[in-house]
Amino acid sequence: MKISRTILSFISAIVILFSTSVTSFAKVVGDKIVLGAAISLTGKYSSNGVHTQNGYNMAVDRINSMGGVKVGGKTYKFEIIYYDDESNPKRAAQLAERLISQDGVEFMLGPYSSGLTKAIAPVTEKYGVPMVEANGASRSLFTKGYKYLFAVLAPANLYLDVAIDLAVEKNNGKPVTVAMAFEQDAFSQDVRLGVLDAIKRTGSKKVIDDKLPKELNDMAATLVKVKQMKPDVLVVSGHTKGALTAIRQIAEMKVDVPMLAMTHCDAAKLSKQHGKNSQYALCASQWHKTLTYKDNFFKDGMTYAADFEKEFGYDPPYQSAESSAALLVFKDAFERANSFDQKKVRDALAATNMQTFYGNIKFAEGGQNVDKPMVLFQVMCDGSGKCENKVVAPTKWASAKLIHPIPKWSER
Amino acid sequence: MDFMVFQYPMITVQACLDGLLLGILFALIAYGMALQWGVMNIINIAQGDLVILGGYIAYFMYLYGIHPAWGVIVSPIIMYFIGVGIYKLVINKVVDRDLFISILATFGISILFMQLMNFAFGADVVLANSGYGTTMLFDNNVTLPNSKIFSAVISIVFAICLVIYMKKSKLGRAIRATAQNARAAKILGVDTEKVYAATFGINAALCGVAGALISITFTIHPYMGLPYTIRSFMIVIVAGLGNLPGVAMSGMGLGVFEEFADYILGTEFRIGAVFLLLVLILVYRRFKLSRKREYLK
Repeated sequence: MKISRTILSFISAIVILFSTSVTSFAKVVGDKIVLGAAISLTGKYSSNGVHTQNGYNMAVDRINSMGGVKVGGKTYKFEIIYYDDESNPKRAAQLAERLISQDGVEFMLGPYSSGLTKAIAPVTEKYGVPMVEANGASRSLFTKGYKYLFAVLAPANLYLDVAIDLAVEKNNGKPVTVAMAFEQDAFSQDVRLGVLDAIKRTGSKKVIDDKLPKELNDMAATLVKVKQMKPDVLVVSGHTKGALTAIRQIAEMKVDVPMLAMTHCDAAKLSKQHGKNSQYALCASQWHKTLTYKDNFFKDGMTYAADFEKEFGYDPPYQSAESSAALLVFKDAFERANSFDQKKVRDALAATNMQTFYGNIKFAEGGQNVDKPMVLFQVMCDGSGKCENKVVAPTKWASAKLIHPIPKWSER
Repeated sequence: MDFMVFQYPMITVQACLDGLLLGILFALIAYGMALQWGVMNIINIAQGDLVILGGYIAYFMYLYGIHPAWGVIVSPIIMYFIGVGIYKLVINKVVDRDLFISILATFGISILFMQLMNFAFGADVVLANSGYGTTMLFDNNVTLPNSKIFSAVISIVFAICLVIYMKKSKLGRAIRATAQNARAAKILGVDTEKVYAATFGINAALCGVAGALISITFTIHPYMGLPYTIRSFMIVIVAGLGNLPGVAMSGMGLGVFEEFADYILGTEFRIGAVFLLLVLILVYRRFKLSRKREYLK
């Protein structure tokens, strides 16, 4: 009796094991299209990792509830297998390998950050798995000749070059002097290259070119130099900590600079953390909710923001918006390919030309989105100290006029 | 290489003052490390993580509308108990073992703390605003954030209090006795177990003060602890154990050194320069020791 029970449980264990492995061992099961994603749910990128995941989930729910994906006359629903890459590139590459060779995933969504995307891209490329990513902007991702990598966002070198053009425009077309402080990571260095291009193009001059360390929390030395050299523009890119440190110390040291341009301001929740001190900072952003792009699923930026807030309880940062857009791109590509053949889907992705609430999407040869400009917003506060981010450039999307030059600290 | 710092006298003054104020804060963290190293012979790799945890306490007070300056009172109290807790759970099992084991154990604690903080508080960089304003010197050419001055003053106050406490109180005397000779102290009736727990607690409390000050002056992040560990390690190595004026001097020296390295080599080499200095000092020490050994032979 006892032995037969043991045998029975043994057999049922095997059956259960088998059935679960069968269900996960295919890219399209029944009416489900299974996508794989390694995302930073723990570790240093975990907050942006969660924004990414929320963006993906929001889009999956929305697409599924609005009829799903129609391929070959049948309707399919999206499903995502997530793994936590612990913000670690090596782990991310392992997980991509596991998703593809063990879980049988044939289509991937990107992780958060350029560094992790760089770690995963060679794996997806090796297996010919199409990957649509929404959070790796480093230029080097698009120069390696990857055929299966598609990014819905604008590459990093376009983040802040707009700011230099804007400064030159405000200087009546005359060249300006630029102070730069960039962290030494793949992303920020690409932003730097873009700024250098803009400096060259406009005949401007760089007067300070500081590199910031990974464990940055003090940039007083750079700011003292800025005080001495009095540049027309100060450009800072060092992720959230760069933005927070810069604003804190600029205010404390009363550094007067006519234009201050940064990245990662909305992730840093600048005005929330620094209040009026963050006023007038210009921030590069992939997306802003007031932009008037439209699609059938999320309608527009404002509606997306409202729906997102209802579901997750906070205003969506651009990391979430671009992640949602990645799913829209996949849906569109599947339907145009009308097949689950990886090559056909890849070709359909390459031919993407669509508008989403996040922006226009059209991929260049290297996989980067060339149809969506970056926007610059400026932190603007009213008398009561309530601050808002208002788009000031490019002019087509501007909802407010740029305040330039930034008033001196003694006059504030 | 950029020698701008020497071309403009105002920048030199600025760098020196920034360095001194920063160095005093480093010295406070290093003092805790020296104390516990001297008494228990443990090199605490988790020192920096305790600092960051202290910073988060001040940050949360700030979030709930309490001025973060109160953190310098609240944070050490909470951190003292956390320190005693860590001692009871882990450190008391490694305190008599060799140095390698204790380094490994505290390294483990460090990783655990980083992940726990990341889990509990998120990976965002945060700071607490004190709203203290700025002091302008020399015709506005030199600016000193009042928060930095506040940090330095508080650090000095705490250091002085601690010195007095160590000299006058019963526990202070017991700690000093244990540091000199644990066995003899035990024989003479000192409960060394209690002394060890208190020492680790005091160290954690000092880290709590420093962390609260760092959240007011700089930024905090779960993974930012290690540079503080390295700095305090380096300060203690230079000053030697049980040498408080030495710790203060080498702390300030390190602060100024870092500022100048920042200007001359660039911000990216700031921590690198500290590492390099550490290696140089260790090599120099070894060299000096080996000469002494030869002489003794």
